[in-house]
Amino acid sequence: MADIVRLENIDKFYGDKIRTQVLFDVNLSFEENSFNSIIGQSGSGKSTLLNIVGTLDKPTNGRVYIKDRRTDTMNPMQLAELRNRTMGFIFQFHYLLPEFTAKENVLMPSRIMNYQVTPEIDQWADELMELTGLTKVKNNMANAMSGGQQQRTAIARALINKPSIVLADEPTGNLDSDTSESIYDLLRDINKEYGTTFIIITHDQRIAEKTDRIVEIKDGRINLDVKR
Amino acid sequence: MRLAFKIALRFLKSGKGQTILIVLGISIGVAVQLFIGSLIQGLQINLVDTTIGSSSQITITSTSEDKLIDNWDRTVYEASLFKPEVINVSVAADGPATLDYETDTAPVLIRGFNIQDSDEIYNIDEGMYEGRLPGRKDEVVIGRELSQLAGIGTGDRILVLNPGGGSVRFDVTGLYDLGVSSINESWIITDLTTAQDFLGMGDKVSSVEMQVSEVFEADVIGDRVSYALSGENLKVDNWKDQNQSLLSGLNGQSVSSYMIQIFVLVAVLLGISSVLAISVVQRSKQLGILKAMGIKDREASLIFVFQGLMLGILGAIMGIAFGFGLLYSFTKFAVNPDGTPVVPIYINYGFIALSGMFAVASAMIASLIPARISSRLNPIEVIKNG
Repeated sequence: MADIVRLENIDKFYGDKIRTQVLFDVNLSFEENSFNSIIGQSGSGKSTLLNIVGTLDKPTNGRVYIKDRRTDTMNPMQLAELRNRTMGFIFQFHYLLPEFTAKENVLMPSRIMNYQVTPEIDQWADELMELTGLTKVKNNMANAMSGGQQQRTAIARALINKPSIVLADEPTGNLDSDTSESIYDLLRDINKEYGTTFIIITHDQRIAEKTDRIVEIKDGRINLDVKR
Repeated sequence: MRLAFKIALRFLKSGKGQTILIVLGISIGVAVQLFIGSLIQGLQINLVDTTIGSSSQITITSTSEDKLIDNWDRTVYEASLFKPEVINVSVAADGPATLDYETDTAPVLIRGFNIQDSDEIYNIDEGMYEGRLPGRKDEVVIGRELSQLAGIGTGDRILVLNPGGGSVRFDVTGLYDLGVSSINESWIITDLTTAQDFLGMGDKVSSVEMQVSEVFEADVIGDRVSYALSGENLKVDNWKDQNQSLLSGLNGQSVSSYMIQIFVLVAVLLGISSVLAISVVQRSKQLGILKAMGIKDREASLIFVFQGLMLGILGAIMGIAFGFGLLYSFTKFAVNPDGTPVVPIYINYGFIALSGMFAVASAMIASLIPARISSRLNPIEVIKNG
């Protein structure tokens, strides 16, 4: 199957005076419709890698291709549009907008793309909230929900624009194991149903083992790459 | 655009305390500016009105030997050509005289008017508090102070000596009070013919007097009138040349009032700017995630411009309301013994609209700094730092 994300010879340095290299000549690609996990110790560079894939960060050297379009040379406007249309983000700290309700948060990426919410999109938002078990709390303000509900809102939000790629950085990092399990099952279902590519950073071995492919990053290099 | 507006509105609503504080700050600034501006304008208009409102603003006199204007019909006609800038054109036959009353004499000024015309300038009729205006020859009215000094009342006959040594008796038909004691104690007002006969002027007058619709244009209009006059030996004076010190006083007052207003606005601007800058920092998480989700930098900065705009409009409206409140209470509490306000407030809607617009504009200018910070914020900074 075709690669949706391709990283070529990625180096990443931080700092001006004291330069620290976090990624060393990384070559990595992810297939369409795949369900991948990235594991590694903290400080290994896995989050940096994910942020580079997500175009939130730029590599010091190397090339990044998303759907065969080179992104590390794009301007901020183009990147914003690319992120909005093709990517969904789920972070460890869910980063909902506390000024808005759960459903408004879910609809936010859609509003960024196009302010008008069509009946189809509105229905899609309801479906997503049904899928993530949020129907009861959809009109709650974002911070008037439990941690699990907030994280599931963030997942629904990541999916509203039907992105081809979802990037998740420890999406269950601060949730209990039962909730984590159910959230992974949910992501898996979405992957199967909509063919969305998932790249998930996790430190939970059990969860990583459920994915199609495990990439281990160690000291800024790929240490292990297992496909099943 | 609309999303930025929606987000701006939500940010303002969710930070109610902050929003109320900042709106209060703006509105107090606007109110003070409005109050000071209106007060100074009222003061100046009042001052100008009391000083020159009821007097001749452009006066044509003669430089000929007898200081009298011949053919004054023509001069009046020529001045009247400048209507509507020139208003209330009238003539006066003036001359010094001496009032001989029971115990003493008093120097007086005989002023002969075409009463109906001159009333437009001096508001004599309005100032009459007893009796009536002169209607026939040899009838006069005198002022309050003179009547008290000489013990003269309505219906009395008075003896007046002219400079040539002759004396004439006049009938006092009424008493006036024009609000200026130097006038009240010296002017004996009568009709034109009485004065001309008494002073031996024949058919001539001593001056042609007029007012202008825009008092501060008096010098310009005076020059134009002067240019248009065909009579010889005529001199045109205007009130501005005769009241230089008043004018420079007014100017100084205006400048200091503007300074106060400007500094109030600058203080408001700095206040808004700093509060909004803090709010960008407070909302950096939200901005970071919005940017990760693909909101464009321009849109992200618009959020704060809209906040500034909304705060400015809200503050301006409240400020104008406060300002009116201040002005109203000022006219109610700072009053003279007779209940009239110390300074009559002058409501200038143009000025109010301008000051409101200034507030909105400065709020928007103040929002440019936070808007820039917001535009430059890199989502990775927020996401990395949790």
